[in-house]
Amino acid sequence: MSRKQKKNLIRIGFSAALFLIGLLLPVVFPDFAAVQTIAFVLQMIAYLTVGLEVLKDAFSGIRNGQVFDENFLMAIATVGALLIGEYHEAVAVMLFYQIGEWFQSYAVGKSRASIAELMDIRPETAEVERNGEIETVDPEEVSPGEIIQVRAGERIPLDGIIVEGTSALDTSALTGESLPRDVAVGDDVISGCINQSGLLRIRTTRRYTDSTVARILELVENASDKKATVESFITRFARVYTPAVCLLALLLFLIPPLITGGGWADWGYRALSFLVVSCPCALVISVPLSFFGGIGGASRCGILVKGSNHLEMLSRASIAVFDKTGTLTHGRFHVTQLHPVRTDEQTLLETAAIAESHSNHPISRSICEALKEPVSADECHDVKEIAGQGITVVYHGQTIAAGNDKLMSALGIAVTAPETAGTVVHVARDGEYLGCLVVADEPKPGAKEALAALRKESIQKTVMLTGDQHSAAKAVAAQLGIDEVHAQLLPQDKLNHVERMLEEKKEDQVLVYIGDGINDAPVLTRADVGVAMGALGSDAAVEAADIVLMDDDPRKLALALRISRRTLAIVRQNIAFALGVKLLVLILVALGRAGMWLAVFADVGVSVIAILNAMRALKVKA
Amino acid sequence: MKKVFKMQELDCANCAAKMEEAIRKIPGVEHAAMNFMTQKLTLEAAEADFDRVLDEAQKAISRIEKDCLIIR
Repeated sequence: MSRKQKKNLIRIGFSAALFLIGLLLPVVFPDFAAVQTIAFVLQMIAYLTVGLEVLKDAFSGIRNGQVFDENFLMAIATVGALLIGEYHEAVAVMLFYQIGEWFQSYAVGKSRASIAELMDIRPETAEVERNGEIETVDPEEVSPGEIIQVRAGERIPLDGIIVEGTSALDTSALTGESLPRDVAVGDDVISGCINQSGLLRIRTTRRYTDSTVARILELVENASDKKATVESFITRFARVYTPAVCLLALLLFLIPPLITGGGWADWGYRALSFLVVSCPCALVISVPLSFFGGIGGASRCGILVKGSNHLEMLSRASIAVFDKTGTLTHGRFHVTQLHPVRTDEQTLLETAAIAESHSNHPISRSICEALKEPVSADECHDVKEIAGQGITVVYHGQTIAAGNDKLMSALGIAVTAPETAGTVVHVARDGEYLGCLVVADEPKPGAKEALAALRKESIQKTVMLTGDQHSAAKAVAAQLGIDEVHAQLLPQDKLNHVERMLEEKKEDQVLVYIGDGINDAPVLTRADVGVAMGALGSDAAVEAADIVLMDDDPRKLALALRISRRTLAIVRQNIAFALGVKLLVLILVALGRAGMWLAVFADVGVSVIAILNAMRALKVKA
Repeated sequence: MKKVFKMQELDCANCAAKMEEAIRKIPGVEHAAMNFMTQKLTLEAAEADFDRVLDEAQKAISRIEKDCLIIR
């Protein structure tokens, strides 16, 4: 509770007590002559205790040309009520208004604090080694290249490289991933992680302001500056709503009595109740608060949303375009199948590895890695690497060839190729065909699940873009259940494809592009929503994307979509609820079926309920 | 030049929206965003002009909510 809140709470309590005493006195002592006067005085003191500030603010507001602000409306309404003799009503309304305002301020403060707590990854100090001693300084004072020490249980303050020590890092505050990450000398570490065991000495590579933690904080804190369209709509609506209701109040005050020729007090009371309902705060506050909650909840799961507008856009996503490598697949090749002919699997693999150990191609390396013990291929000579085909070597007098069917047909060797998703590597020794291996880039474990989950939310079409061969791309797409594949693309082709899809899609369709940001930054920028995956430490991706997934789990995209849709649902509920209640109360008041009490509820009561509802956006079930 | 300021006693969301609008109308303001949730004002203006713009922004804010202050 802030000091101002405490002060207001005391005022409210004091005023409420006087109000109750003033209400009860005439009932308890009905025969005492002066009781009505005493009760009236008590009520007036109660009114001024809670209302004086409002009256003063209203007065200075008018002087500054700020009509239609809340203070002004409440002042007119209650003073009006006093003038027509409804002084219980005037006190009660002012009291209720202040209670509501107090709750509103408390609830907003609470929610702000709980969101801030989520983002509390800011390191307070850094322990830097200078002149053989350890100094505790502000992280901002450490320059790149200095050595910092991080003890067990402490947060790493700056990005760097470990020069001494091993540990397990808790990255959950950044990625939402609960499994600790093992690190040792030579590993890059990012700020914001917690060192779980052992002392680490780290050579910093970035200044604090460029470090991961500072960049994330800046991103999330500024996210609510970028307003969603629904948010701007509500602000614009509020500008029209209040004057409109005030005008209605004036008409209500003038027209019916002029027609019927009387009842000024009754219609005046109804008009004043209108003024109370005309305050727009419930609407105006609940919308940004919901977005703030949604963005906060997402960031706890390792999903950084760079603006409310992006969260709103994502909630409407209907076309999902994926980059294949690094997004749906690991981007690492593995030997997935062995098809030996007239030999056993081990011999086939070993023979292939002897030849491939002379190449640096990712496929060649994956074949060598598939062997548990490395082969000794030093005795090879006459190594010939033929680009786009394969490699031949002479080993212990035997010629070994490993490569694709082009290489084999050039050597005049007949092959049998399996129908498969991966790249096929044929192996031959002295002209004799030994069989083939299949090397493939495996889909990530959660990829299929993620795509199914996306479809369940709102995605109607999934598209995969890749530089791979058609056959390999098609096989992965079939395995994952992707609708459309475009293969053998160069990086610039990806942009062209996305441009075309953006043109072809219907007006109300939203295209999300998900990539790893390595060579598709322009596509991330161009798409309606660009999502960069596994972007921890990749500046270009963080810069270009609208939404950043801190780790490389494709299921996070489905989670992000779910959060966005839930947040928008809460926003819509709040708008509908607030407008619905206000409209209903306006009608009841106009018909004379509701008093100023209900009008106050339609203002502050609705605000508080909307705020509590908005806070649900913060809670995310992973 | 872009600077971010913390706000004091910014109590109402609608007022924050009004302040943002008022600040954007001040001559010399390139961009202004009043964030009720983080209680921060982001102000962009030419460096030479910044102090004057900031003073006028404070005036505009005080007109809307008199206790509300930009913490400099």
